Amino acid sequence: MFLINCPYCGERDQQEFKAGGEAHIERPKQPTELSDDEWAEYLFMRKNIKGVQFERWNHAHGCRKWFNMVRDTSNDEIKAIYKMGEKPPSQ
Amino acid sequence: MTKNLRVKSSEYIDETNRISFKFNGKTYHGFKGDTLASALLANDVHLVARSFKYHRPRGIMTSGSEEPNAIVQVNPGTNRTEPNVRATEVEIYEGLEASSQNCWPSVEFDIGGINNFLSPFFPAGFYYKTFMWPASFWEKYEFFIRHSAGLGKSPTTTDPDIYDHRNVHCDVLVVGAGISGIMAAKNAAKNNFKTLLVEEKNELGGSTIYENNEFNKIDNKTPSEWLKKEIEELKNIKNLEIKTRTSVAAYHQYNYLLARENLTDHLEAKDKTNKIRQRLLKIRAKKVILATGALERPLIFNNNDRPGIMLSSAIKKYSEFYGVACGSKNVFFTNNDSAYESAISLYNKGINVEAIIDIREQSESKIVKKVKEAGIKIYWSHSIVDTTGYKRLNSISIMKLSNDGTSVTGSKISISCDCLGVAGGWTPAVHLYTQSGSKLKFDEEKKVFLPNQNTSEQISVGSCGGDFKIDEIIKNLNQKLKDTLNINETDFDSIKVEIDQENSKRNIWLLPSDKPIGKTKPFVDYQNDATAKDIKLALREGFRSIEHVKRYTTTGMGTDQGKLGNMHALGIIADTAGVKMGELGTTTFRPPYTPLTFGTIVGRNVGKFFDIFRRTPMNDWHVENKAEFENVGQWKRAWYYPINGETMHQAVQRESKAARESAGILDASTLGKIDIQGSDASEFLNRVYTNAWSKLAIGKCRYGLMLNEDGMVYDDGVTTRLGENHYIMTTTTGGAANVLGKLEDYLQTEWPELDVYLTSVTDHYATASLCGPNSKKILKKIIPDLDLSDENFPHMSFKESKIGNIQCRIMRISFTGEHSYEINVQASYGKDLWEKCIEAGKEFNITPYGTETMHLLRAEKGFIIVGQDTDGTMTPIDLQMDWIVSKKKYDFIGKRSLYRSDTIREDRKQLVGLLTDDPNIVLEEGAQIVSELNQSPVEMLGHVTSSYFSPNLKKSIALAVVRGGKDMMGKKLFVPMENKNINVTVANPVFYDEKNERLNA
Repeated sequence: MFLINCPYCGERDQQEFKAGGEAHIERPKQPTELSDDEWAEYLFMRKNIKGVQFERWNHAHGCRKWFNMVRDTSNDEIKAIYKMGEKPPSQ
Repeated sequence: MTKNLRVKSSEYIDETNRISFKFNGKTYHGFKGDTLASALLANDVHLVARSFKYHRPRGIMTSGSEEPNAIVQVNPGTNRTEPNVRATEVEIYEGLEASSQNCWPSVEFDIGGINNFLSPFFPAGFYYKTFMWPASFWEKYEFFIRHSAGLGKSPTTTDPDIYDHRNVHCDVLVVGAGISGIMAAKNAAKNNFKTLLVEEKNELGGSTIYENNEFNKIDNKTPSEWLKKEIEELKNIKNLEIKTRTSVAAYHQYNYLLARENLTDHLEAKDKTNKIRQRLLKIRAKKVILATGALERPLIFNNNDRPGIMLSSAIKKYSEFYGVACGSKNVFFTNNDSAYESAISLYNKGINVEAIIDIREQSESKIVKKVKEAGIKIYWSHSIVDTTGYKRLNSISIMKLSNDGTSVTGSKISISCDCLGVAGGWTPAVHLYTQSGSKLKFDEEKKVFLPNQNTSEQISVGSCGGDFKIDEIIKNLNQKLKDTLNINETDFDSIKVEIDQENSKRNIWLLPSDKPIGKTKPFVDYQNDATAKDIKLALREGFRSIEHVKRYTTTGMGTDQGKLGNMHALGIIADTAGVKMGELGTTTFRPPYTPLTFGTIVGRNVGKFFDIFRRTPMNDWHVENKAEFENVGQWKRAWYYPINGETMHQAVQRESKAARESAGILDASTLGKIDIQGSDASEFLNRVYTNAWSKLAIGKCRYGLMLNEDGMVYDDGVTTRLGENHYIMTTTTGGAANVLGKLEDYLQTEWPELDVYLTSVTDHYATASLCGPNSKKILKKIIPDLDLSDENFPHMSFKESKIGNIQCRIMRISFTGEHSYEINVQASYGKDLWEKCIEAGKEFNITPYGTETMHLLRAEKGFIIVGQDTDGTMTPIDLQMDWIVSKKKYDFIGKRSLYRSDTIREDRKQLVGLLTDDPNIVLEEGAQIVSELNQSPVEMLGHVTSSYFSPNLKKSIALAVVRGGKDMMGKKLFVPMENKNINVTVANPVFYDEKNERLNA
């Protein structure tokens, strides 16, 4: 059970949060211009890394804000947490 | 006549408090402070169990939670009965009953014992190998295997006890109150760390508290005396909380630990009532100090499992702590000095020690000299090759070990004895350490796995960290405490320690016998009856990974997770395969460290607290009017209102007719309601719904369909424009929370530039849906001032009004196809609104209807229910709802997916109506649809999603999804059922009032 430092509320237990999959996948601004393959790339393709991964989390039972997390999936170490729209820390 | 083996009054046993208890139906006596194990041993009862596979007689082996054999059923036949409890952990109380498990008819005479003599036929993997052929027989085999498997009996009646959960936060958690734990806790608390010390036993002090080696001294006191003084001082330390009878079950990441606090298991039945039995502590600690100690290892030799064969350290504890002699003719078998301490303990109490068998060539420590002086015979370089005695050990045979330790030589000597203490060295209890994700490293010299790479703020002190001698323990503990607590000095920096130095070591994982291994039974895992022979067989059959050998032989897979024998299993594999133990690694230790009761896990979440449920403000009325309820998500919704003993079918038919013929009323309060405000609210709705919203006039309502990005229908509902920048959205009952979450996600992450605010108001409003041709007249009675004409208040529009003094929002919208109104008031006025409608509707025979009738009425109209007629694979096009997908809008959620190659396939499953050729047959929801009857296998074209008998149409109707169904209008299909085939015809899904004339009736 992680201890997650919500950028708005501070350290809270993992059970207050919801994981939201890979981060930094922007919804295409002009979906109609995309081929089936390009749209499928956005829609379906997600990384599943053993190691450092960028992911979205939501403080669902708290402030309900979405934010980003850098987590090492091999040992669950949370390396960084930053707000939506902020630049990811360089690895 | 049972013997009394009490040897000396112990300070931990209250001999003035005599307690009677029953074991296997026979009454025994013990004293306050005894465990079931110590009390049985005092009565000379060793045989307490039968082994799992061979039903061999087994006795008490240990004095703690690592016990593999003595697992018993406590209080059998009562509502508090509990199986698989370790007799070594049960504190006795007046009236306690316990019985042996896995034996029939009794532990003394067990029919299953025949398995022992058939054991050559039960090698490792016996079940896998034997019951494979013929494959079709598995079900028959399974029946018999299931009947003979399993230990103990679970209770059959309701648990009378209360269980609790509690969150605990601390700066420092110390696990284990042996000498290291106590020293660590004292220092942490004294340095202003909020400290929690937990100990699985009832008493503090661990094994040091009964340490008797007179050659070990701390500040010129015996370690026992010194530690007692330290424990006394703990009482006066602030910031320190101590919990005994509290066992840490799990150590998760980020220093999150689960511990079970046992509060009433040691009390008499009359004192247990109305108290919390066990409490699960959910501990979040900034730093964790593991002081979990070490477990003594047995030695692996032929027939090493007879009742009377115990761990040497357990014999010492029974003697020193409980004042019980485990035998009258004792022998020890060892590879280190600790057995000598046990021997001296017995000797000092006048108990006969016949001999010590030591596989080492010699040892020069003071305690060994003392044993020699006491005249106890020591057999150096000898090993036990066999033992005798079926239900109790009566002799051992020993032979001289060869120099390389792989064989025995010379003549066999037989020694008569009734108790054998085995001492195979110590294994650090690193279970919790590895559960936390931290990594171990094998120490080739000490032959133990030691903490190596910590993943969280933690340290392992004392013997669980690999320090076994008091001088090492104190020296390393001081340094580790300074490092982890960031302090300059500890209370124990200047302590003086003298110790008796052990100077020789010899480790042999599997001791040789004069017989070939195939003819011996050297048990490695006592609980699962796995022998060294089984492990060797697994290796011969090609298993190499320790994880595979474990599963194939079941070594370490019992409730004790192989606490005693796992190291030997690894050692035997390493020796046999010729690899280093460090390369082999260990199996994974999983939570819980010792078994937890289900009660502890669920805590107070039982009965009506099992899951949250939500009730509408009108709930009391529904209950008073005998409604049956159905669960919709967490909501309890009125399902139907039977009168005069109606069946569900009868009630629903009546309610459905009434709603169309005169008036009906539905509690629609559970529908999700989201208040949407902001200058970009219209644009936002344009993006989340498939249809256009910019031109919706204030005071108008519109039905909307929401998709996922993959183009599949996600939710639907009516949204009303309350003002220029203000909307109220309704969602399905079950989808409300997810829809809000999804909308928030888009607003925060994809479209942060939009000025939109979302608020869930589901619980703030109560909603009554008034429907039927007389609904207008009823509403007129309630609100005489409101102009209800079609010109002023047409279908799909909204009015704000007042019922008396109560503010209300009324939408003229319909989910039944009838002229209807949804009236919303502040939740606290919900019941009042409902009763007013019922009162006003009396003259029109207003009929309350539940969700079942609502479903029927909407199915007559072909309206979908998201989640019933859709399943996450239906696009609006599949639903034949092309009309709601805007062609003009550039983009909305899911738009691009509606023309992917997969979503434009013509043979997708599409929503259609189905009519049975016999109008009286109602299809089963979920029934499969085919186009051919005389073909096998036949392609499944689709399935029935909604099906009812319509009282208004006087025939059965159904909605279904059918492959390519759109182009099948009028086609004959079949629904094959178990006993009959039903002929059906594809039809328009709108069965009733196709032209929507009734909306304005």
